[in-house]
Parts: sequence; structure tokens; C-alpha cells
Amino acid sequence: MRLATVVGTVTSTVKDPSLDGHKLLLIRPIDHQGKFKEPIFVAVDSIGAGIGERVFYVANKEGSYPWYPELVSSDCAIIGIMDPQNFDRTVQ
Amino acid sequence: MIIGEIVDQFFATQKHPCFEGHKLLLVQPLDLDGSQEGEQVIAIDGVDAGVGDRVLCVLDGWAAMKVLGKFKTPVNAAIIGVIDRIDLTDTGR
Repeated sequence: MRLATVVGTVTSTVKDPSLDGHKLLLIRPIDHQGKFKEPIFVAVDSIGAGIGERVFYVANKEGSYPWYPELVSSDCAIIGIMDPQNFDRTVQ
Repeated sequence: MIIGEIVDQFFATQKHPCFEGHKLLLVQPLDLDGSQEGEQVIAIDGVDAGVGDRVLCVLDGWAAMKVLGKFKTPVNAAIIGVIDRIDLTDTGR
């Protein structure tokens, strides 16, 4: 699991039916000081994250497990929102 | 498995239900000389490690799910040991 910031949304009309009803978000990985890292990628949201929030995500095969036993064609999923006080402390 | 140092405890109120009751820690991977090497990862704690500890960390879904005790969950990093000592021969340097 790694840290990222949500920087945008992706809209797709023609997509795999398993992705219906799921929100696609653009995320950019960050380090513990909030510095951006490359590259940006698209993640499927499982907890209701929004733009600007710092989240943690899981990639690869595990990225399709948040909805298990429902099968979703995802290789990257947002699985939690970081508490703000956590970040303030890390920056110091 | 990698060698890492625990940088901080990680708090998230809103998270996937599979993490309920488990501590999340921010781990900085370390090089053999103790310098920081690579990107930090968030790992679930299987051994009750604390901030500043040098730990063994697995970066594989199956291994991490075993620590969590629940399979098919969205987790891919776990702390599975606290390192007491590392002995390295000269040929390994």
C-alpha cells in the first residue's frame, strides 16, 4: 500500500460492465512529505474519496479485492483516506 | 522480504473494513548501510512493532493476507518481524 493524492476524475462511458457504478479517480503518488512522484495513474475508488484528499491505495492483483466476491476489472484501488493530523505530524 | 524502518504510525478513519482492529505503519525501506532507499510503504503490523524499529516487511499480497488472517482482501504489505541484529560478511559488502 502506498500514499497518493487524488488529483482528478476520469469519466468513461464505454467500459467493462464490472466497472459500472464505480468511480474512477486520477491519483498521483506522494512521499511522506507530500512531494509528488511520477507517474499519475487511474484508480478505482472503494471508500468514497474526493479530489484533493490524501489516500492510500493498493496496486496489482490486490487492487481487485476490495469488492470481493464481486469481480471488478481493477488493478489499482483506493482503500483508505489518510487522517489530516497524521500528515501534519509526518511533515514536522 | 525487505529491511525497513518504521517512520510513523498511520491513521485512517475511513478505510476498507478489512483493516479494522489492525495497526497500520509507515515503513521506509533501508539499504544495508542503514541509509534510506526507495519509496515508503504502508504496511499492516503483525508483530506489534513501534516507531523507530528495524523490521522485516513482506511486499506480497498472499503473505500480507496471512498476517491479516483474511484472504482476498486488498492488502499487499505486512510487517512480520522485528530485526535484532544483522551480520554481514565482507564478501556481501
